[in-house]
Amino acid sequence: MNIFIQTLARDLKMALRNPSSFLNPLLFFVIAISLFPLAISPEAHTLSNIAPGIIWVTCMLAVLLSLNALFHTDYDNGVLEQMVISHHPLPLLLLAKTTAHWLLTGLPIVLLSPLLGAALFLDSDSIGVLMLTLLLATPSLSLIGAIGASLIVGIKNSGMLLSLLILPLYVPILIFASSAVSQAQFDLSISAQLYFLASILILSLMGSPFVSALALKTSLE
Amino acid sequence: MSELIVNELSCQRGYNNLFNDLSFSLTAGEILRISGTNGSGKTSLLKILAGLSGAEYGNVSYNQNQVRSSEYQKDIFYLGHLPALSPELCCRENLSYLSHLQGDNANDHIRDALIAIGLKGYEYEYAANLSAGQKRRVVLASLFINKAPVWLLDEPFTALDSNGIAILEKQINKHSNNGGICILTTHQDCNLSDMRSLSL
Repeated sequence: MNIFIQTLARDLKMALRNPSSFLNPLLFFVIAISLFPLAISPEAHTLSNIAPGIIWVTCMLAVLLSLNALFHTDYDNGVLEQMVISHHPLPLLLLAKTTAHWLLTGLPIVLLSPLLGAALFLDSDSIGVLMLTLLLATPSLSLIGAIGASLIVGIKNSGMLLSLLILPLYVPILIFASSAVSQAQFDLSISAQLYFLASILILSLMGSPFVSALALKTSLE
Repeated sequence: MSELIVNELSCQRGYNNLFNDLSFSLTAGEILRISGTNGSGKTSLLKILAGLSGAEYGNVSYNQNQVRSSEYQKDIFYLGHLPALSPELCCRENLSYLSHLQGDNANDHIRDALIAIGLKGYEYEYAANLSAGQKRRVVLASLFINKAPVWLLDEPFTALDSNGIAILEKQINKHSNNGGICILTTHQDCNLSDMRSLSL
């Protein structure tokens, strides 16, 4: 357990000393969403209709943008090699790195979402639901993303490969999360969507660290 | 008696057969130097011994523990071509994390290790500001900290000046006198006692 905390603390420290690494995706999230009213229509009715989709799609792209860096820096300087050969369980180390990634990307998105929701004229109840879906699903985005990131870590100029690998796995999350927010706007029940998001989270929490560890070992061979 | 046993190891990379049926064993206190031309498989052999990559055939064990078992991995210290330092962290933080990965908390010894390797006063310097030789020295400072009995060093003398080479040779000799095993690859002549050689 100690090594989990050490790894988490190390990753957070490194990110805070090089803030552009995690601020860029967040800036993208804010800027992209604030451009939609300018391009489509500043009218409250139109914006509140498309707000759940816009916020969720942009969130997903922002997370995707941040995933390339998840293992790349440690791969380039050789620390990842030391993690793989250490006697600590590799899934635990990767879970720590993924947790750090969520704290730097997913959590800030959750915290920024009420502001952006209000800017797109979401009512306060829907904003609550939006935050809830983001809180439930952004950890899954980081966990599933870690699998993709560990698969492509040895490949130079991987470019679009990560998106092609990961986006199909993100689609169920996108569907359930944005439909939960849309339904909340009409006061319909959203428990089914929330149950699905929660089960995806538990599934990815159980599976992702092990699959990522396997993928990483293969990438480093 | 602790013994590192390599049994009928074969390694293939791409279309090249690097080595076949390679067997040797090392007992406590022995130093093995692996020599060979570029591309002869020195690094591949060390990576297999470190548990980083798999061999086509054969097995590796130390004290009856198979390679890639957590007991085996705890007993080895591997140093590859890459510096294993994060530029955003200072020397102390880098060494502290590496020692945590090794399983011991060496915070009290880091200062002494840096002085021993000739980097006095660099404790809080960011790794990004160090030269290639200094980075090499910082990683080699781990050799003064860690307690692993088997050292696997891939080209440890690269980028070091004559003074650094002398310090490193002294430390490897000390490790072997204390009953440790060291396997290293190098193209340079080195001054190590009781050294065996293996040509690939």
